[in-house]
Amino acid sequence: MARLLLFGPAREAAGVSQTFLPGRHVSDVVAAAEECFGADFSRIVTVSRIWVNGDDAGPDTLVNDSDEIAVIPPVSGG
Amino acid sequence: MTHPPLAPPDVGDWIGVSDQALPVDEAWKWASLAHCGGIVTFCGLVRDHSEHRPGVTSLEYEAYLEYVVPRLTEVATQARERWSDLGRLVLLHRVGMLSVGDVAVVVTASTPHRAESFETARFCIDTLKHTLPIWKHETWEGGSEWSACAHDASPFDGSVPPVQQPTKTS
Repeated sequence: MARLLLFGPAREAAGVSQTFLPGRHVSDVVAAAEECFGADFSRIVTVSRIWVNGDDAGPDTLVNDSDEIAVIPPVSGG
Repeated sequence: MTHPPLAPPDVGDWIGVSDQALPVDEAWKWASLAHCGGIVTFCGLVRDHSEHRPGVTSLEYEAYLEYVVPRLTEVATQARERWSDLGRLVLLHRVGMLSVGDVAVVVTASTPHRAESFETARFCIDTLKHTLPIWKHETWEGGSEWSACAHDASPFDGSVPPVQQPTKTS
């Protein structure tokens, strides 16, 4: 099970800051998260980046149990 | 969580993130070098309003802390590639709960001549706003919500992000 971290509006929509979900690819893990957390979360995912271990990742990126996947909504630092 | 006070490094750039007040005065003093005739410090402060949100009273910055310093380091690396005579560089960001007037971000650059100080500071603040995994939650007189002025966290490619023109609010 990969570790999925959620930040900002994604965390708020999900109600949790992290979870563990199954999946061989990023798309599997994100789909499982959308199934868990519902429509508001899905809307945020559509405008978010997905990082794997700090790097931008695509839906086909392979993941394993040691990977840290993160939903990165549009950022607003500074 | 309480972070230890930020302190300048013995070597290299001063890069950090903290939930404590940022050391603005210490930053520009540390950046002072004998061969640098110009120092520019940019401070980003919590403002009392944002777009369509009058009466902002506080902000809370949430961060993917593990990757804030690495992203700031990438910004510093890019700045040094662009301005080879850059003296010292400070990039600090605050997280946690802030009030109006608090300093949220500090960029300080020292260079032999003034033009490069301004250019470096401008490049760094514009770039870090687009690349740091940080999210701003605003509380204003009408409610509480995530910042409406957010940017897609594009992969860092060294290009200068477009400068967002402010929207005039009443």
